[in-house]
Amino acid sequence: MCLGIPGKVLESFDVNGLRMAKVQFGGIVREACLEYTPEAAVGDYVIVHVGFAISKVDEEEAARTYKLLEEMGQLGELEAPDAEDSAARGSGP
Amino acid sequence: MSEKAKGDLLGAACPVPIIDHKQIVLGHGSGGKLTADLVQKIFLPAFNNPYLERLDDQAVFHLNGTRLALTTDSFVVTPIFFPGGDIGRLAVNGTVNDLAMSGARPLYIAAAFILEEGLLTDDLGRISGSMQAAASEAGVSVVTGDTKVVNRGKGDQVFITTTGLGIIEKPVTISADRAQPGDKILLSGYIGDHGIAIMSQRENLEFEGAVESDTAPLHSLVAAMLEASLEIHCLRDPTRGGVATTLNEIAARSRIGMELEEREIPVREAVKGACEILGLDPLYVANEGKLLAVVAPEAASGVLEKMRAHPLGRGARLIGAVVAEHAPLVLMRTEVGGTRIVDLMIGEQLPRIC
Amino acid sequence: MKYLDEYRNGEIARNLIQEIGRILTRSWVLMEVCGGQTHTIVKHGLDTMLPEGIELVHGPGCPVCVTSLELIDKAHAIARRPEVIFCSFGDMLRVPGSVCDLFTLKSQGADVRVVYSPLDCLKIARANPHKKVVFFAIGFETTAPANAMLVWRARREEVRNVSVLVSHVLVPPAITAILESPYNRVQGFLGPGHVCAVMGYEEYEPISARFKVPIVITGFEPLDLLEGTLITLRQLESGRAEVENQYGRAVTREGNKAAKQLVFSVFEIGDRKWRGVGAIPRSGYKLRPEFYDYDAERLFEVQEISTEEPAICISGQILRGIKKPHDCPAFGTLCNPEHPLGATMVSAEGACAAYYTYGRHLKEEVR
Repeated sequence: MCLGIPGKVLESFDVNGLRMAKVQFGGIVREACLEYTPEAAVGDYVIVHVGFAISKVDEEEAARTYKLLEEMGQLGELEAPDAEDSAARGSGP
Repeated sequence: MSEKAKGDLLGAACPVPIIDHKQIVLGHGSGGKLTADLVQKIFLPAFNNPYLERLDDQAVFHLNGTRLALTTDSFVVTPIFFPGGDIGRLAVNGTVNDLAMSGARPLYIAAAFILEEGLLTDDLGRISGSMQAAASEAGVSVVTGDTKVVNRGKGDQVFITTTGLGIIEKPVTISADRAQPGDKILLSGYIGDHGIAIMSQRENLEFEGAVESDTAPLHSLVAAMLEASLEIHCLRDPTRGGVATTLNEIAARSRIGMELEEREIPVREAVKGACEILGLDPLYVANEGKLLAVVAPEAASGVLEKMRAHPLGRGARLIGAVVAEHAPLVLMRTEVGGTRIVDLMIGEQLPRIC
Repeated sequence: MKYLDEYRNGEIARNLIQEIGRILTRSWVLMEVCGGQTHTIVKHGLDTMLPEGIELVHGPGCPVCVTSLELIDKAHAIARRPEVIFCSFGDMLRVPGSVCDLFTLKSQGADVRVVYSPLDCLKIARANPHKKVVFFAIGFETTAPANAMLVWRARREEVRNVSVLVSHVLVPPAITAILESPYNRVQGFLGPGHVCAVMGYEEYEPISARFKVPIVITGFEPLDLLEGTLITLRQLESGRAEVENQYGRAVTREGNKAAKQLVFSVFEIGDRKWRGVGAIPRSGYKLRPEFYDYDAERLFEVQEISTEEPAICISGQILRGIKKPHDCPAFGTLCNPEHPLGATMVSAEGACAAYYTYGRHLKEEVR
């Protein structure tokens, strides 16, 4: 469920006391409500569901986890959370 | 539900979906399964002739040694003025394109207007001016017409019905049933522009961003393609229902399968963004200035080159091939590497939250 | 599009698939909870890429499918009234009630409008002061903050001619109901990414512990689903059962505090009837008493209509992951999106509808 699409906050403004923003999705811009992501600032990415930002994208976390995905093919194995387990299965360097 | 009824239902396993509408619904006009159903169940049995049975967008017939193409279309778009055009321009280009898809040189258009009481006369003036501009761009003339007015509330400002006549001068037979295994599938450019441009004006779904309708007359593009090769088996402009619907129609008529490459299908960033947030699939969104061509494999690169040299075909791509297997399914290799079936749409695509 | 395109990278997908194949020693049954996740899987053909031995069953994460027939009939009864402007998300338009659907009602002259955001209803209400605007407030926890805001702002801005017909459903009770069933086959869950972006994932920890199943909170893009699958399999293959978060870029353990606060100011937990499944206690939201004057169910006296699902429909079993669409004798024939017999076919997100849309009734094995 829950079509939530990441978009970039271009500008934010107040409408009747409600914090709104213009958010860019690919090549289009649509309004979204930022009441639930008070920490989101211009330039940040938010996940928007039915016109509301429900979460601010944690860009550091995104970069960190994506790097692991990219490295997977190169190292021959994904950096496993349980190193002992991987060693026991005899996988990789 | 009674045991007996349950048994009956289980016994009556008919492979054709039951579409049991007592009234016409909007989905009947979307170009997908419901429309096909209307054609199969009502129009074909009623009119019953070999030309109609071909179910092409135009009828081609011989008249005293000349091959003529005849087509008709109705334009009911709302809003009547939209980014990139208006209903008038759409009407002329749409008719020109239906003729062009048979390889015809479009010549004459007849236009009938149904006007709603209350339509601004100035708007009608703008639309007519637009039609004339489109007509001269395409080298056709609007030679006859008709006007009716209906009461306020009985029409959506203006409906335009056109009939187009063209002449086929090249020795080609272009028809939806001519695709053959081995043929290549070509697409002339970015998909989804028109449908998203219209959607961007719809109440509560508006957004900013330059998405304009791609409405354009394609006859000169087709002429250029025919210069490269006469081995063009099918031509269709993917209007309502989009690329997916058009390819499925060809696959069904030609009794072949198709295999597409998702990464070869071009979608503008803006159209992609709009589709993502509304939950729409660009493959099912209408286009008004694009064409799909199914061509013999040896002709493909030559035709593609001609397309790319033409202003309306700059973004042309080879998006797939015709195969003998899994007819009439259209399969697609997704950008991530999986396989997906591209089926006919049911009714109108609606924005979704899920 | 950033944070979207890169999660559709074919090379990384292949590497994930390879890694999954490498660690797999036996077959497992996993459930992806959300309809949106099912949609991604079928649309990108992810299940055609996974090795044999991994079975993905589709969960009840389709708030549209599980909205009770009674409530849909109430919605239709309200929409028919001449003074009403009935607003809804697009998803609900084709959902059939006992007689017809909102689309048909629209063709018969009812003022039914598709909205993208619940806040649009405030605009419509202000523009039509002599009409009564009713919003069909469906969804899982993800949509609750948006729906709650509509009610909150309506009170704050004193918009009196708007009300909501509430059909919110909650994921944890649904998962619990699935796990409690003696027929349950699901061994691991790909948890609902956006529900957890709002609610956090603390409430899944006791479920994971009680039933000893891995629950991996997963996003919605192809790489998210493949990575979520890999993480779940790692747990299963090593005998672990924990809640892990694959969707860290959008989800934290505590969730969205501001959103939760408003949701609980407007809604409270109540019992709910799920279409195709039955009543699950404390599995939905309803308006708190202080907002009863915005409750469409109370404002419009709509009679209770007795409803019966067609006996042939097995959507209850599909929603619980016990059966798949192919197992149903009516799938694709008697039952299809144009003429749905039950919950899972009624909306584009239901398992049966998703399968049907992506042509699975035509070709069972797509490889």
